[in-house]
Amino acid sequence: MSYELIGISVLWLFLYGYVIIASIDFGAGFFAYYAKATKRDHIINQIISRYLSPVWEVTNVFLVFFFVGIVGFFPTTAYYYGSALLVPASFAIILLAIRGSFYAFENYGSKQSNVYMFLYGATGLLIPASLSVALTLSEGGFITEQDGVVSLNYWELFTSPLAWSIVALAIVSVLFISASFLTFYASRADDKTALDLVRKWALFWATPTIIMALTTMIALSQRNQRHYENMLDLWWVFGLSMGFFVIGMGLLYVGKHYGKAFIAIMLQFFFAFFGYGIAQYPYLLDPFIHIEDSVTNEAMGIALIAAFIGGLLLLVPSLILLMRLFLFNADYAKGKK
Amino acid sequence: MEFDTVMMSRLITAMTLTFHIIFATLGVGVPLFISLAEFIGIKKKDKHYELLAKRWARGFVITVAIGVVTGTAIGLQLSLVWPNFMQLAGNVIALPLFMEVFAFFFEAIFLGIYLYTWDRFKGKYTHWLISLPVVLGAGISAVFITTVNSFMNSPAGFTMINGEFTDVSPIGAMLNPSTPVRVAHVLGGSYVTVGAILATIAALALLRKKTATEYHKKALKMTVISVFVFSVLTAVAGDASAKYLAEHQPEKLAAAEWHFETERNADLVLFGWLNDDNEVVGEIRLPGFLSFLAHGSFNAEVIGLEETPEGERPPLWIHYMFDLMVSIGFFLVGISFLYLVLTFFKRWNANNKFMLWLIAASGPLAMLAVEFGWIYAEVGRQPWILRGYMTVDEAATSSPYITHMFFLFLALYIVLGALFVITLRKLFKNNPAAVELEKHYPELNKGDK
Ligand code: HDD
Ligand code: HEM
Ligand code: HEM
Repeated sequence: MSYELIGISVLWLFLYGYVIIASIDFGAGFFAYYAKATKRDHIINQIISRYLSPVWEVTNVFLVFFFVGIVGFFPTTAYYYGSALLVPASFAIILLAIRGSFYAFENYGSKQSNVYMFLYGATGLLIPASLSVALTLSEGGFITEQDGVVSLNYWELFTSPLAWSIVALAIVSVLFISASFLTFYASRADDKTALDLVRKWALFWATPTIIMALTTMIALSQRNQRHYENMLDLWWVFGLSMGFFVIGMGLLYVGKHYGKAFIAIMLQFFFAFFGYGIAQYPYLLDPFIHIEDSVTNEAMGIALIAAFIGGLLLLVPSLILLMRLFLFNADYAKGKK
Repeated sequence: MEFDTVMMSRLITAMTLTFHIIFATLGVGVPLFISLAEFIGIKKKDKHYELLAKRWARGFVITVAIGVVTGTAIGLQLSLVWPNFMQLAGNVIALPLFMEVFAFFFEAIFLGIYLYTWDRFKGKYTHWLISLPVVLGAGISAVFITTVNSFMNSPAGFTMINGEFTDVSPIGAMLNPSTPVRVAHVLGGSYVTVGAILATIAALALLRKKTATEYHKKALKMTVISVFVFSVLTAVAGDASAKYLAEHQPEKLAAAEWHFETERNADLVLFGWLNDDNEVVGEIRLPGFLSFLAHGSFNAEVIGLEETPEGERPPLWIHYMFDLMVSIGFFLVGISFLYLVLTFFKRWNANNKFMLWLIAASGPLAMLAVEFGWIYAEVGRQPWILRGYMTVDEAATSSPYITHMFFLFLALYIVLGALFVITLRKLFKNNPAAVELEKHYPELNKGDK
């Protein structure tokens, strides 16, 4: 495997990691607000805050890892995406800033105010929507380059069915992933009432997720024929994704093995995400950035991969420690510690 | 001044960094002091220090939150605002940026564990050990990012052929000529600043209230001793920085010192201003000291600004930035030394009002020194973004929306800054140390507070 392929695979893997753990966080924000608005917050908010408190910062680093890494491996992305994304990415930064800092502020405030809960819930949906713009742009046709000036065609973007279906897909996936995780976490914590509530949400959001996935495929076929056909060639990957979806839903439905159900759903997204990514090969930005042409020099590529391996050796044990202390520690989840 | 996209790009970057550096400095330094306090507390079996560590950690969570969100902003903005720079420089300097993320990861994970496990382990030292990765992670991330900034000042680790970097050596780029002195100076500056700010808090508490004095006195002593140690180290490293400049970036030193003609036995010019003929008036002149600062000998030759082509000279107002930073540096060394002398001779009261007010001033001043230092370093690099290779004009984005984004971020930082202050006040006003001592450590007798 050439080093540019290693690079993009690692980055894609981390982006997938971000999608999962950030979805849990973002969705939880929305559910917390929804529960409060419908006067059910006493049921689930305890669970939500016990899980989220220790990990939000780690979640954020996944995102930082991705964008620092992609600019490192493929410096040309800084030029095209950096120029084109000034406005959407700035909005994403602002939303992330509101969310991250308010989280810390509120944690120490006496009572959770309604304004805060609203912002917390709303940013949970708006952030995935604004970040997903980058995926839309990669399909091509939105970014133009003229006389050395790269610009984004906003009209084209806002009238594009593909853009809107990707936004919708991002939002419903967030809610679906989050609800299925919370189901697992509530069962860990032995909290029956919370479990019933979040399980219902998980079952509910499954349907829109699948519908939006199919809608996005159709919109993609109109925008980028090449990408779409590559995806059809990878039909078995998406078949696997569908299979895991069915398994996950089945387990949620019969109300057993919530941990395995969540793993199945993670795998569902894993295969869909990688199928989508592999089909985009060889472009990072159709037609401007080609993986092989835009990759950094060999010395830097190898140095980055070496740094990555060294970093993982440090990180994996630390992450395991974190998870054992908070996530998989039944006493902690139950609120005893 | 023209407010074109280049100017707005510079302003937005300057704004974000000036804001970020406050929290970055705290983020680098505070873990060290938390760790120290917890260690002393365990060692001496002194609950006061344990409470110090806990209270500092609680405040720290909030500074970290803003550090992380503003850091994420600047990380993205580097690509959004300077796409041409990142495309070019990324080929050589991506490695430390990438490794910095791992340092963040490491720090974030252990910080999460540290904050939520005060009473979960049997051995007291186990919890303290968890603070070490946090201290280390914060320090290392500062080292990595500082190498990036050093690279912009003294690019190394490549050869340039036809506008393309070849023969790239990522390690060589990290270990460029200005890295060693700059890393030492930035780390020292962070520790001294945090020490001074924590000392300010203790001094203000002693000035205002008569409760829990023992607790605050211990905090004061520990932090002022640290200020002394780190301010001396920072000054030494700052002196080394000046010697580096004299050798590798003479135009920056010359602009900061208003040293226009190359000469031996050059005078050090302090403060003053420039008249219409660009002559220095109203200054304090230390004969020969510039030569000494630049080369360690009163007779050495110092290169003047005349040798730099006119279009490549940094603005002359950085003189004030440099002078203010250095003055504050000497102030910090002086104040902390005075306090130590007073405590050494038990007959004198080290915690007298005058002394406490001086110490109270040192925290904000130290933070100002950090800001002045950075402004000096960054503006002194003008017009280059990558000295000798790429100018700021060539690097900036061409997007016309940059002006809107500037005001959007300005609003964000105002909100964040205000909330930061409000939250910290709420956190500590409603829960003073005296109350907490009473509640959690009733075993400490009254006289001991
Ligand atoms: C508390 C903070 C603090 C204090 C007391 C000082 N400095 Fe400083 N200085 C910094 C904080 C700082 C900084 C913010 O960390 C800078 C900005 C860029 C850098 O590398 O460090 C800096 C830059 C900086 C530079 C420019 C380096 C460059 O651009 O390459 C020089 C020459 C000095 N300093 C010299 C000094 C001297 C002689 C001091 C005497 C006491 C001093 N500094 C005190
Ligand atoms: C250590 C990492 C740093 C990096 C990589 C960095 C990078 C940059 C870049 C890309 C610019 C824009 C180009 C220019 O105008 O020269 C800039 C300018 C600037 N930065 Fe830094 N910077 C760093 C640290 C800081 C810090 C901590 C401060 C805090 C005070 C700061 C203050 C400024 C200012 C004031 C400018 C504007 C200079 C001008 O426009 O004349 N920088 N920096
Ligand atoms: C010398 C100047 C700087 C120092 C000492 C510094 C240090 C720090 C510290 C201590 C934090 C908080 C991290 C944490 O507590 O987890 C932070 C956050 C961050 N900084 Fe800076 N920083 C500096 C300048 C910059 C610059 C120029 C960049 C741009 C590349 C940058 C990128 C970031 C990012 C992306 C984060 C957020 C990381 C996260 O999500 O945890 N920093 N920085």
